[in-house]
Amino acid sequence: MSVLYIVLPLALLMVAAALTAFVWAVRCGQFDDLDTPAVRAVVDDDALP
Amino acid sequence: MTRGADPAPAPATTPAECAHCGAEVPRGLLVPGAEKQFCCQGCRCVHELLGACGFDRYYALREAAEAPGRAARVAGRDYLEFDDPAFEALHVRRERDGLCSADLFLEDVHCAACLWLVERLARVVPGVIESRLDLRRSLLRVRWDPLRARLSAAARALDRMGHAPHPARAASARRARRAEERRQLVRLGVAGACAGNVMLLALALYAGLFGTMDPAHAALFRWISMGLSVTAVAWPGSVFFRGASAALRSGRMHLDLPIAVGLAAGTLWGVAGTILNIGEAYFDSLSVLVFALLMGRYVQQRQLRWSADSVELLFSLTPTSATLVKSSDDPGIAVPIERIARGDLVLVAAGGSIPADGVVAFGSSAIDRSLLTGESLPATVSVGDEVPAGAVNRGAPLRVRVTATGEETRIGRLMRLVEEAARDRAPIVRLADRLAGWFAVTALALAALTTAIWWHLGPAIAIDRAVALLVVTCPCGLGLATPLAVTVAIGRAARRGILIKGGEALERLASRTRGDDEGRRFRPTILLDKTGTITTGRLAVVDLAGDPDALRLAALAERDVDHPVAEAIRVARRAAAHDSRATGRTDAGGDRRNCLEERDVDVIDRHAVVGGGVSALIDGRRIVVGSPGFVRRAAGVPMQRIAEAEREFAARGLTPVLVAVDGRITAAIGLGDSIRADASASIARLRSMGWRVEILSGDHQSVVDRVGAALGIGTDARRGGATPEAKLEYVRARRDAADGVPVAMVGDGVNDAAALAAATVGIAVHGGAEASLAAADVHLGSPGLAGVADLVEGSRRTLAAIRRNLIVSLGYNAIAAWLCIAGVISPLVAAIIMPISSLSVVALSLRARTFEVRASSAGSAREDGRRAAPVSATAASAGIGGSAR
Repeated sequence: MSVLYIVLPLALLMVAAALTAFVWAVRCGQFDDLDTPAVRAVVDDDALP
Repeated sequence: MTRGADPAPAPATTPAECAHCGAEVPRGLLVPGAEKQFCCQGCRCVHELLGACGFDRYYALREAAEAPGRAARVAGRDYLEFDDPAFEALHVRRERDGLCSADLFLEDVHCAACLWLVERLARVVPGVIESRLDLRRSLLRVRWDPLRARLSAAARALDRMGHAPHPARAASARRARRAEERRQLVRLGVAGACAGNVMLLALALYAGLFGTMDPAHAALFRWISMGLSVTAVAWPGSVFFRGASAALRSGRMHLDLPIAVGLAAGTLWGVAGTILNIGEAYFDSLSVLVFALLMGRYVQQRQLRWSADSVELLFSLTPTSATLVKSSDDPGIAVPIERIARGDLVLVAAGGSIPADGVVAFGSSAIDRSLLTGESLPATVSVGDEVPAGAVNRGAPLRVRVTATGEETRIGRLMRLVEEAARDRAPIVRLADRLAGWFAVTALALAALTTAIWWHLGPAIAIDRAVALLVVTCPCGLGLATPLAVTVAIGRAARRGILIKGGEALERLASRTRGDDEGRRFRPTILLDKTGTITTGRLAVVDLAGDPDALRLAALAERDVDHPVAEAIRVARRAAAHDSRATGRTDAGGDRRNCLEERDVDVIDRHAVVGGGVSALIDGRRIVVGSPGFVRRAAGVPMQRIAEAEREFAARGLTPVLVAVDGRITAAIGLGDSIRADASASIARLRSMGWRVEILSGDHQSVVDRVGAALGIGTDARRGGATPEAKLEYVRARRDAADGVPVAMVGDGVNDAAALAAATVGIAVHGGAEASLAAADVHLGSPGLAGVADLVEGSRRTLAAIRRNLIVSLGYNAIAAWLCIAGVISPLVAAIIMPISSLSVVALSLRARTFEVRASSAGSAREDGRRAAPVSATAASAGIGGSAR
C-alpha cells in the first residue's frame, strides 16, 4: 500500500490544479451571470459575421 | 390611415392582429387591404427594421420561448447626448485594445428572442464589435470601435428594435458588489475542495475503524486531513474569525462568535492531537462546517445582490439628458444633465421632467409636482414662474432658465435629508444573533461541565470530549437558518415583483416588542403616502353628471391638446369606448361612431385659452370645454342639477370641468386623482393582520380627507400638508415611541424619501422617483398596494420559517451535546449528526410557504402581465421620475 505515498500527493496536486482553474474562471467573470448563457445556448446557432 | 369616406362596407373592420405584438389592432388604425396590420407606430417601426435586417427569426424564437408579444415602444430620439464628452467620461470605458465599452440598461427585454435580437446589434451597426446581454438585469454591454462607430448609432438601433437604451447608473456600487461576490465564490470553492477531500479521507479512516488499518497509513491520512482542514479554516474560514473579533470589539452579539469558538477549539485540538498522536480529530466536521456556512451566506448574498442591482438599475430610467437651447425657437441639442449650468436655457418637452431648478422663460404649461410635494393636481405655470427640478411637464413645451443645478436644487437638499435619516436608524439585532449569545455561553458552560465530569479519566480524554462538544454543537444549522429562509423568501418575492434589498427588512417588518405589557399600546403601523401610492398619481375622470355623450364631445374638442385635463378626458373616453365594444356589438350605430370619432370627425375653428379651456366646432355644433368660469362666460348659467354637481365636486376635492353644447351647459365632469382599485382590499388585509393604517401626505388636507373617508381611515389617522421635513419628523417620532414595533412607510416621491429611510422599513411603490427607490428597503414592481400586504404577510411567514429552522437546529444541538456529555460521541457520530441537522434546515427552508400566490392577491399580481423578469416589466411602464418617452 506504499503506493498511497505517491497517489495521495498526486491527488492533492490535481485538487490544487482544479482550484486554480476555478479561481481563474471566477476572476474572468464566468460566474457573474448564470442565467443568460443558458438561454443564449438555445438561440445562438448562427455564427456572427 | 386612409379610410374611405364611406364606412358602410365593413370587411376592413374585421378584427386583425398586430403583425409585431399580436394585440388586436384598434379599428381606427386598420389599413384596408394591407397584409400586415399594426397596433401602433412602434410595432410598425420594429417590424420593418427586423424585416430589413433579415431578423424574422425573432418571431419564431419568441413563439418557442412562449413569451407574449408586447407593443413595442420606440422613442425615436437621436441619442446624440451619448456622444458627448461629458457622457463619455461618465459611462464609457476605453479598453486596452483601443475599443470602447459601455453598459446600457434596456427596456422591455424578457425572453430568449429579445436576447437574440439585441445580441445581433453588431450586424446592424457597422463598427459595433459585440453586444452581450445580462438578461436577468436587463443590462447590455456594448463594445465598439470608436473610429468606426458612435454609441449614439448603436443606441438608435436598439431603440428601433423596441428596446430603448439608458446609460446604466450606479456602476461603482454594482462593481463593488460583484467583486465581493467573486471573493465569496473563491472562498466557497476553496472550502468546498477542502471539505470534499477531507471527507474522502475520513471515509477511509472510518472504514478502517471496523477493520485493520496500518497505523502509518492512518497517520498519513490524518496529516493530509489536517493540512486541508487548516487551509479551510485559515483561508475561507477566516471570515468567521473576523466577524467574531468585530463582534467582540463592538460588544454586540453575533453568530460568528460561537462559530469561531467551535472552529478554533476543534482545529487547535485536532492539530495538537495529530502531532502528538492522541485524541480524536474532527477535521471532516470542521471543513464541512466552513463549507456549509459559506454556502448559506453565498446564496443569500447572491440573491440580495441581484435585488440591489435591479433596484439601482431602475435609476437609469431617470432622464440623464437635457435639451439645451439658445433662443425661443431653437430646436436645441441633447446634452448630458451634468453639462447644464446656471443661466442655461433648457427645453422641457411635453411629458419630460425638468432637469434643474429654474424660471420659465418662454411658454406656459401645467406641471406635475406630485413626486416632489405630493400635490395631486397639476399647477399652471407661465413666464416668470419658478419650476423645481424633478417636476414633470404635463402640458406644452417649456423653455426654462436654469437657476440651480445638482446639489443646490431642492431635490439635492432633500437627498441630504435622506442621508441624515438613514444614518440614525438603529440596526436591529437579528433573531439568530440574539440567540448566539445564549448559545455561546451555554456551549462553553457545557464544555466546562463535560471536562469536569470526565476529568477522572485523565485530562486528555476530558479535553477531548469537551472539544467534541464545542465542534458538534457548532451552530451550523443556526448559521444556515436565517440565510436560507431569507433567500427563499426573497427569491419568491422577486418572482412576484417585490424586490427586497436587504434580508433584514423581512425581520424588521415581522418584529414585535419583547416581553413588556405596555407594548400592546403600539400596534405595528403602516404610513401610506397618498399621491401615487394610494392613488394613481395622475389626473383622471372620477365622476360625470349630465349628458354622458358630453365625454365624447369633450374628448374630440380636446384632441391633440397638451394638457393634463385634456389627457384625462381622452383616457376616460377611450376606456368608455372600449367598454362599450367589450359588452357586445348590439349598438351598431355606437360602434360605428366609436371608430369614426378617432380620425374622421372634423374639429374645426378651435380656440384654446390658457387656464380656461377649449372651444371648437364639431359636426356643426359649438362645443366649449373648460373651467367653470370659462364655460359660464361662453354659455351662461348651467341647470340646477349641473351647478349642484359642480359644487359637490369642488367639495370632494375634485376639479370640476363643464361641457357646453351650442351654448347650453350639458354636463359637469369631476377630475381628480383616482384611488387605486386594490387600495381598499389591501388596507383591509393589512388591518386583518393587526396593522394600523395611516395616511401621511403632502397634499391638501381636504383631498387627504376625501381619500381617507373613501377608504375608512379615521380622522386621527389622516395627515395632510406634510412637507418632506415634517414627514421625516413624524416617522421618527412614531418610530422612537413604538419601541421596536415596526413603523413602515410606503411612498413614491422624492418628498417621501427621507421618511422611507427613517422608517423601520421603507417601501417604495411602482413608478416611484429615484430618490425613494434609493432610500427604501423594498421596491414593489407592480402597481398598487397589494404588494404591501403581500410583503407584510410574507415577512411574517419568513420569520416563522426562521424560527422553525432555529428550533430544529437547536434540537439537534441539544441531542449532540447530551451525547458528548454522556461520552458516547465519536468523529463518526459527529460526521453523521451535523449534515443531518443542516439538511433538515435546508429542507424546511425550501418547504416554507413564504410569498405564495394567494387567491385574493393573484389578480393584482396578474395586473401587469405574467412575466419572468419583474424589473423589465417595471421598466416597461417607465414611470420612474416621469421619464420621457
